[in-house]
Amino acid sequence: MNDEPLLTSASSGGRLELTAGGAWTAANAGALESLIEGIASQRGAGSIDMRAIRAFDTFGAWLLERLQRERWAQGEHMQVVGLPERFSGLIGEVHQTNLVAPAKPARSNAILRFLDGLGRTVTTTARDFIPLLHMLGALAMAILRVIVRPRRFRLTSAVHHLDRIGWQAVPIILLITFLIGGIIAQQGIFHFRKFGAETYVVDMVGILVLREIGVLIVAIMVAGRSGSSITAELGSMKMREEIDALRTMGHDPVEILILPRVLALVLAMPILAFLGSIAALYGGGLIAWAYGGMSPDIFIVRLKDAISTTHFEVGMIKAPFMALAIGIVACAEGLRVAGSSESLGLQTTKSVVKSIFLVIVLDGIFAIFFASIGM
Amino acid sequence: MNGKAPDIVISVRDLVVGFDGRTVLNRLSLDVNRGEILGLVGGSGGGKTVLMRTIIGLVEKQQGRIEVFGVDLDRATDAQRASIERRWGILFQQGALFSSLTVRQNVQFPMREYLQLSDRLMNEIALAKLEMVGLHPRDAEKFPSELSGGMTKRVALARALALDPEIVFLDEPTSGLDPISAGDFDTLIRTLQETLGLTVFMVTHDLDSLYAVCDRIAALADGKVVASGPMGTMLESEHPWVKAYFQGQRAGAMERRQAQETIEVR
Repeated sequence: MNDEPLLTSASSGGRLELTAGGAWTAANAGALESLIEGIASQRGAGSIDMRAIRAFDTFGAWLLERLQRERWAQGEHMQVVGLPERFSGLIGEVHQTNLVAPAKPARSNAILRFLDGLGRTVTTTARDFIPLLHMLGALAMAILRVIVRPRRFRLTSAVHHLDRIGWQAVPIILLITFLIGGIIAQQGIFHFRKFGAETYVVDMVGILVLREIGVLIVAIMVAGRSGSSITAELGSMKMREEIDALRTMGHDPVEILILPRVLALVLAMPILAFLGSIAALYGGGLIAWAYGGMSPDIFIVRLKDAISTTHFEVGMIKAPFMALAIGIVACAEGLRVAGSSESLGLQTTKSVVKSIFLVIVLDGIFAIFFASIGM
Repeated sequence: MNGKAPDIVISVRDLVVGFDGRTVLNRLSLDVNRGEILGLVGGSGGGKTVLMRTIIGLVEKQQGRIEVFGVDLDRATDAQRASIERRWGILFQQGALFSSLTVRQNVQFPMREYLQLSDRLMNEIALAKLEMVGLHPRDAEKFPSELSGGMTKRVALARALALDPEIVFLDEPTSGLDPISAGDFDTLIRTLQETLGLTVFMVTHDLDSLYAVCDRIAALADGKVVASGPMGTMLESEHPWVKAYFQGQRAGAMERRQAQETIEVR
């Protein structure tokens, strides 16, 4: 159906006579553009005969307009003849567009761009911690207000979040920590066997799990599982102006939305870390029995010798602080979501990355602290 | 296209659509003629948007037949379906602009998918479309989150018109706009319809729009089209819902205003 020539040209006496045909529509716009560019080198004023065109749309109208404008810029007038009356409105519309050239984005040198980006990253990373401090302050204020007037506390919401963050996370946390405990025991037995120190595997598993691994693995799991969901939840509330609505009704979003979530995290984390540590010790004991040939009775006796309540306390003391860090990062990032869904995804990623980073930094600080007080 | 084009571009017959046992559209039939602006009215939750979404294939129907450009959508091959989708444009109620693309890229998106065009031509056409819907070229590099409600609607319309479709579906195009912007939008739709020869299928609640731009109105009640025709027919309809809609308090004010205008003209 498209076998008619879209544009034919004939030169006579320095005048350029063009004849259009076929459908000057979106589907043919690509071909038509190259035809028009092809005759750009043929000089001379003239006319374009539009009588034979069958269909015409914005694409065709713009190409015709562009042809005329380009000729005009070179002082050559191209007259349009025979354009069916029904298309004149469209030409009129198109004639008023593209009059101002769009501003070209400034292109800079690649090295400068890289340095610019680096500088920006450094300053934003430094500045990124300020909202966390704001959030911590706002949270402290909300806690004080709730202590003064306990009726303002959202108990139902806190219980709901405790269920989601704590109870519903139990199975996956038990499974992961059980496996990690087993892997540590297996590796320990495999390598300690070389110098006959297999029995010390119990010490290693016990101390490592109670002091470090149990709480760290659980904190990372919670940051990935609950921290991200808190950020996404608060972020979409921010996008749909729910948080602004709360504010205008005289409620503090920190008190209503953030306090119950952070409180649930702070309560749930020690419990999950405790359960996780037990599961890891159980997994370690099972592997010591199955792979190392150490009977459960001996494992338990050796464990009693190897660990003390101090190790357990060290792990448990860290848990609520890590939970607080996760909660504050998750909520602060959630409230920083701007209007687009892209920004929601970005902030959720940032929330998880930052909270895992902070959890590990906290763990390091605690290690120094406990070492210096001799725990 | 050889010969005379069919006059009916959308034909819906005995359409039944329901969700969870609740029937929303009950044996509904409706025709849309080429080149007209059809306004679809109905109560909130009455199935206007459902009808539109069923025609464009976003909602499954239970019974009935839908023909667009004379092609039964159930029997259409993938190629036929794709060519039909190229010939319609849709303006969603919330705009549905892609939030990770700029305004210009949003308008170019359908062109990039369907046409082989040079970047230069695509940029020029996108800007032309944006200017045709009344936006300034400097808005072209903005992201959807930086736009006001009225601008979002305009960009969404520009994107719906990106491929110069023959039918545009508009879902409440003037909702959320102030009366002046809504009036401008009505004029815009009318102008574009005249210059581009569009067929417009418009779901609306806006009585001003119905008066100002619609050639024909279809009223949806109890899952059926209970009345259809120009404004005059609507005003004469005896159906209780149609009567309440067009002769209610808000419509009354409209009528008085129109009557006054007629007197002033005399």
